Amino acid sequence: MKLVLERFTKRFGATTVIDGLDLTVADGEMIALLGPSGCGKSTTLFAIAGLHRVDGGRILFGARDVADVSAQARNVGIVFQNYALYPHMSVAQNIGFPLRVRGESTTQIDRKVRSIAGLVRIDELLDRRPAQLSGGQQQRVALARALVREPDVLLLDEPLANLDAKLRMEMRSEIRRVQLETGITAILVTHDQVEAMSMCDRIALMKTGQIVQISSPAEMYDNPADRYVASFLGNPSIAFLAADAGEELRLAGGQSLGPAGRLAGQGPLELGVRPEHYGPGKGPQLQGKVVMMETHGREDLFEVDLDGGGRLRAILPAGSGVRTGASVDWGVAVERLFAFSPKGARL
Amino acid sequence: MQPHHRSYWPIVAALTALSAPLVIMYVYQLIDTVTTTAPGSIIPNGITLQHWQFLSQPITRDGPTIWALAGNTLIFACSTAVVVTGVSLTAAYALSRLAMPGRGLFLGGLIVLHAFPTLTLIVAVFLILQYMGLYDTLTGVILVKVAFELPFGIWIMKGFYDSVPWEIEMAGVTDGASRFTVWRLLVLPQVQPGLAALLIFSFLSGWSEFILPLVLAPANAPQVLATYLAAIIADDRVADFSLFKAVSIFYALPVLAIYVIFQKKLMNIYGGGSKG
Ligand SMILES: Nc1ncnc2c1ncn2[C@@H]1O[C@H](COP(=O)(O)OP(=O)(O)OP(=O)(O)O)[C@@H](O)[C@H]1O
Ligand SMILES: [Mg+2]
Repeated sequence: MKLVLERFTKRFGATTVIDGLDLTVADGEMIALLGPSGCGKSTTLFAIAGLHRVDGGRILFGARDVADVSAQARNVGIVFQNYALYPHMSVAQNIGFPLRVRGESTTQIDRKVRSIAGLVRIDELLDRRPAQLSGGQQQRVALARALVREPDVLLLDEPLANLDAKLRMEMRSEIRRVQLETGITAILVTHDQVEAMSMCDRIALMKTGQIVQISSPAEMYDNPADRYVASFLGNPSIAFLAADAGEELRLAGGQSLGPAGRLAGQGPLELGVRPEHYGPGKGPQLQGKVVMMETHGREDLFEVDLDGGGRLRAILPAGSGVRTGASVDWGVAVERLFAFSPKGARL
Repeated sequence: MQPHHRSYWPIVAALTALSAPLVIMYVYQLIDTVTTTAPGSIIPNGITLQHWQFLSQPITRDGPTIWALAGNTLIFACSTAVVVTGVSLTAAYALSRLAMPGRGLFLGGLIVLHAFPTLTLIVAVFLILQYMGLYDTLTGVILVKVAFELPFGIWIMKGFYDSVPWEIEMAGVTDGASRFTVWRLLVLPQVQPGLAALLIFSFLSGWSEFILPLVLAPANAPQVLATYLAAIIADDRVADFSLFKAVSIFYALPVLAIYVIFQKKLMNIYGGGSKG
């Protein structure tokens, strides 16, 4: 079901946490609300679920405005960061709870619980208590409970935050698989860009209660709307260099990147260079010195202090032989640079 | 395991030595109730069940039977336990979770009352009871006892509610359950250890209450075991000290039994939370 937020506003007392937020999630789409801690992701999610009262704007499930509908009557499934399983009930009772509350017959509940348990692959755990499950299994139970009554939207609040790295990778693809198989409209709240990029059709990047950019993961990475978006996506993250664009594009440290091209005459600005666009033979050479090298196995991460000032990151296949302290004259792929005004707007 | 245990021995020995006088006194009390002892001697010289005759016949000719007294005490303790637990259960939930007007004031008042020497209110309570026509009735004493116990009960239960994750209730609400259903099916089972502990605690507190029945129900009719015991000592007609000891044991037995049976549950009240 299509979900629309129109001028959604939320206040806590005197502080406005979300001010006039617009968001459209297409039917069957999975969208990520990505942003730093405290930007209002959970608040938005809980308002969609009906757990927070809305202070302004509309929330549409399909054509129906649910802003004043109680949480019980909204038909959303929600997975909390700590899973919020009912500790005194078995897995089957946990999953069946939404149906039991709705007064469905035990045979029907049993049938639906079994089928959803099959979907999230926990068939053999149905008689256990939550305390007897691993984190990943609890996660699956929470997902099953959220899905069992076929909700209009599935809401996931940092569902992977409590899992270790390996399980997180596994559950990432599991959640996405289940979402695609059920074709449910889903919103994933996360502050992990990898999660957002790997699981979702689109990402809505948030900053202090506003959506800064909303687009597909690849588009957001390759074409960030401003400095904030560019700095948020990418790991290792983008490096920024102060520069001045006259005829020539000249770094604040004095080195030149050649003709300024479309940036000519812009004056002082900031350049964003992703680590994969800086390295041997990638473009106009800059003199610098390696100050840090980290081995990541398949590749090495370098930090290079440019002569005259400025620091860039580079990521190169392992075995380059370059050591900390070495002088390098690596180049920058000028055509892949991002330029930002001093205020952070994309140029 | 063994060396670990051994290191406790000095402490155990010291504690045993310190509590020995009390234990010996209790043992003697028990022995005294079933034996006869010549005056001036401490070694018993005969066995008798005479001191336990109060079980089958009233102690004073026109007085109540021990079973009527025990019944009164039981009613008093049970009513106290049930009402205190019931009110604490709902009031504490409201204080823990619902954003209601005057919540802060209420919580503050609770803490003050918790620490307040409530017995100093006895004169006011006496006047109120008399005005309401509840003076010298068991109902009146129960009401006062409940009122005095509630701050403790609510405070304890609030601690248990506070430890139930907020998300569990929110999950229940999005699962379509009403707030009341959420409380009954999802929250209550998780504060159940607290509920059991509070029930037992307030029962014991009611069972051993002495001052309130003494002051607020001094007449013969609604007497409970505690006040009756005091009366036996004061009464010159019953000069039998062994009888007094036997009645005391009779009075203490339920308490001992409850402690032995519910030890684990009672410890919960200090844990203040549910485990997974
Ligand atoms: N119940 C509340 N009362 C007052 N302020 C609140 C309340 N809940 C959230 N806030 C404030 O609203 C802002 C957004 O909170 P929210 O929980 O939505 O952040 P978030 O993006 O989910 O962060 P995180 O990644 O840490 O979970 C924060 O500044 C927070 O302090
Ligand atoms: Mg959050």
